[in-house]
Amino acid sequence: MSLKKVHDNQPKEFKFSDENLKKAQEILRRYPEKNKKSAVMPFLYLAQKQNENWIPLAAMKYIANFLSMPYISVYEIATFYTMYNLAPVGKYFVQVCTTTPCLIRGADKIVKLCQEKISPKENIVSQNGKCSWMEVECLGACVSAPMIQINEDYYEDLDEKNTKDILDSLIKDKPLKPGSFRGRKNTSPEIKQPINGEKHA
Amino acid sequence: MEKSMLKKENRIFKNLYNEFGWEIENAIDRDDWKDTKNIISKGREWIINEVKTSELRGRGGAGFSTGLKWSFAPKEVGSRPHYLVINADESEPGTCKDRDILRFEPQKLIEGCLIAGYAVNAHICYIYIRGEYLTEGKRLQEALDQAYKKNFLGKNACGSGWDFDIHIHYGAGAYICGEETALLESIEGNKGQPRLKPPFPALVGLYGCPTIVNNVETIAVVPTILRRGAKWFASIGRPKNTGTKIFCISGNVNSPCNVEEEMGIPLKDLIEKHAGGVVGGWDNLQAVIPGGSSMPLLSKKICDKINMDFDSLIENKSGLGTAGIVVINKDQDIVACMARIARFYKHESCGQCTPCREGAGWMWRILDRVVKRKATFSDIDLLSDVTKQIEGHTICAFGEGSAWPVQGLLRHFRKEIESRCREEPLIKKKTNNPYLVDQHLMENKNA
Repeated sequence: MSLKKVHDNQPKEFKFSDENLKKAQEILRRYPEKNKKSAVMPFLYLAQKQNENWIPLAAMKYIANFLSMPYISVYEIATFYTMYNLAPVGKYFVQVCTTTPCLIRGADKIVKLCQEKISPKENIVSQNGKCSWMEVECLGACVSAPMIQINEDYYEDLDEKNTKDILDSLIKDKPLKPGSFRGRKNTSPEIKQPINGEKHA
Repeated sequence: MEKSMLKKENRIFKNLYNEFGWEIENAIDRDDWKDTKNIISKGREWIINEVKTSELRGRGGAGFSTGLKWSFAPKEVGSRPHYLVINADESEPGTCKDRDILRFEPQKLIEGCLIAGYAVNAHICYIYIRGEYLTEGKRLQEALDQAYKKNFLGKNACGSGWDFDIHIHYGAGAYICGEETALLESIEGNKGQPRLKPPFPALVGLYGCPTIVNNVETIAVVPTILRRGAKWFASIGRPKNTGTKIFCISGNVNSPCNVEEEMGIPLKDLIEKHAGGVVGGWDNLQAVIPGGSSMPLLSKKICDKINMDFDSLIENKSGLGTAGIVVINKDQDIVACMARIARFYKHESCGQCTPCREGAGWMWRILDRVVKRKATFSDIDLLSDVTKQIEGHTICAFGEGSAWPVQGLLRHFRKEIESRCREEPLIKKKTNNPYLVDQHLMENKNA
C-alpha cells in the first residue's frame, strides 16, 4: 500500500474541458449503462491530464457527481492506485524503476543521479520547476533494465552516462527521444563479446 | 543449437522484435486472420476440444488448462451476457513478454479474442492494460481501429456471423490487479481488491455475469494452434507441458532479451545460447528466479540441469509462473535482492487480508535487518514463521507470491543469512530501534 499525500493548495473548482467532455461521453459508451461507475478510472486520467498531471479534490467531487457515485468512493480509488498524482509533479515526471531486475543492473546509480540533478528528495519539484522524480515498482521492461519512465515514455538500457544526458535534456526542456539507449532493436538479443573477465558488474 | 532449439517454422511470434512491421497488412502476410471465418464455423465444441487437445496451459502464472477454463462458461447464454476479459496487467517483476505482444503482434491477440469470445459466448471483450503501458495501449488501439476498418471486428465480425467488440481499460499502477478477481473489481470501478472464490468468474464475474479471464500470451497463441492443429502444438515440449513460450531473461546476463522457445528447454541453454551467458561465466551464477518474482529462486546446483516447464519446476519446489527469468550472479548480495522483492510486496499488498498486509512488512523489515547485519538468529525462525503464517491464509494468491520467494531464500541460502546474524538481540543494546512493529519485544527481557 502506498502512502499518498493530498496537496495543501487545492483549486476551488474543476470542470472537464469541452474536448474532455466529448471524450468522457465516448468512454461511457464502452460500459453497460447501469455500470457507468466503471468509467471512474478513465475519468480520473482525463482529469489528471487536464490539470497538469495531478488530480485536485474538486475533480474527484466533479467526477463523483458526473457518475452519481459517492465522493468517498472516487477518493478511495484515487488514493488506492499509485498512478493518480494527488499533488503537483514536474512537467517532466521521472519514474525510476528500482525493483530487483533493475536494481541488480544499477538502478541505484540512476536514483543517485536523480537526487543530484533534480532534487534530493522524491516528489519535490526541481528548482527550475520542470522536473520531479520518484522511485516506483516494476515497470515491466525488465530485459531493458535499468530503465526510467518520463511522463508516458520508456527510456531503456540506461547507464550512468546516458542517464546524465537524459536528465540534463529535461532540465533544458528539450527531452531526448525515448527507446533503447544501447541502440538495440526492441528486446532482441544483442551479439556482443561476453563480459567474462575479472571486473564484471 | 541441436534438438533443444525451437525450429524457425515452429515460431508463433515471428515479429517479436518488430523486424517485419506490426500493421495489419504485415500481420496478414504473416498468416494472421487466415481462415478465421472457417475456424469459427467449426463451432464452439470443436474449438474448445482442440484447445484442450493442444494441452495449452495459461501463460499468466498459474498454468491452468485453457480449454478446461473455457468449458466452465455456461453453454447457453441466460439472462446475463457473457464477457471475455484479457489480462494485460503485466506487473510481475522479471516479466515483459505481453508488452511485446501488444506492441508488435497485436493482431494475434485481437484474432484470439474473437475466437475465444465466440467460444465462450461473449460479445464484448475488455482488455485490461496496466496504466504504465500507455504507448503500448495506444498501439493496440490503432491495431483495433485497423481491424474494425477491415470488418474483422464489430457487427458480423470477420464474416462469422458473430458480433464482437473490444474495449481497452487502463489500470493505474496496482500490481494486485493482475489477480483476476481484483482486475474485475477494477473494471467495475472499485479498488482492486480480490474477491473470495468460489464463485469463480466463469459463473459470477464482471458485473455479476459469466466471465472468462485469460492472459495476453494465452489468447495470442490460440489462432495459430487452431490453424496448425492441436497435434502440432502438442508435439512441441512434453505431455502436459506443450507448445512454445516466450521467456524473458533479465538480470546479470550478457545480453538480456525476450525469446520464444520450446517449453522444457534446459535453463542453461536458454541463458547461454540466447542471453549471452551469465556475466562472469556460468560458475559465477548465484541463483535464478525462474518465473517472475513470486516464484522461489533456484540454487546454481538446480540450475545446472533444470528444464524450463511447469512440472519440472514444481518438482524443484518452484514454478514456471510467467517465465520471467531473473539471473543473479555472485557479484550481487542475494539477501539484498530478495529484501527488495519483499519491499515490492509490502508496497503492492492491497491491504484486504491482515496476514498479507502486515506480514509483507514484517518480511521486508527482517530481511532489511539481515542486509544491515542487525538481525539476530531468532529472526531467522521468526522470518520462516511469518512466511508460514501468510501462506494459505489470504483471499488471493498474493500471500503465497510474497511468502514463497522468502521461503526459497531460506531454503537455499540459510547459511548465508546465518553468517550475517549475531547472537546478541538488538534490543539489549538499546539502539534506536526504528521498527515499530517489534516494540512489544522491548518489554521482554529475553527477546
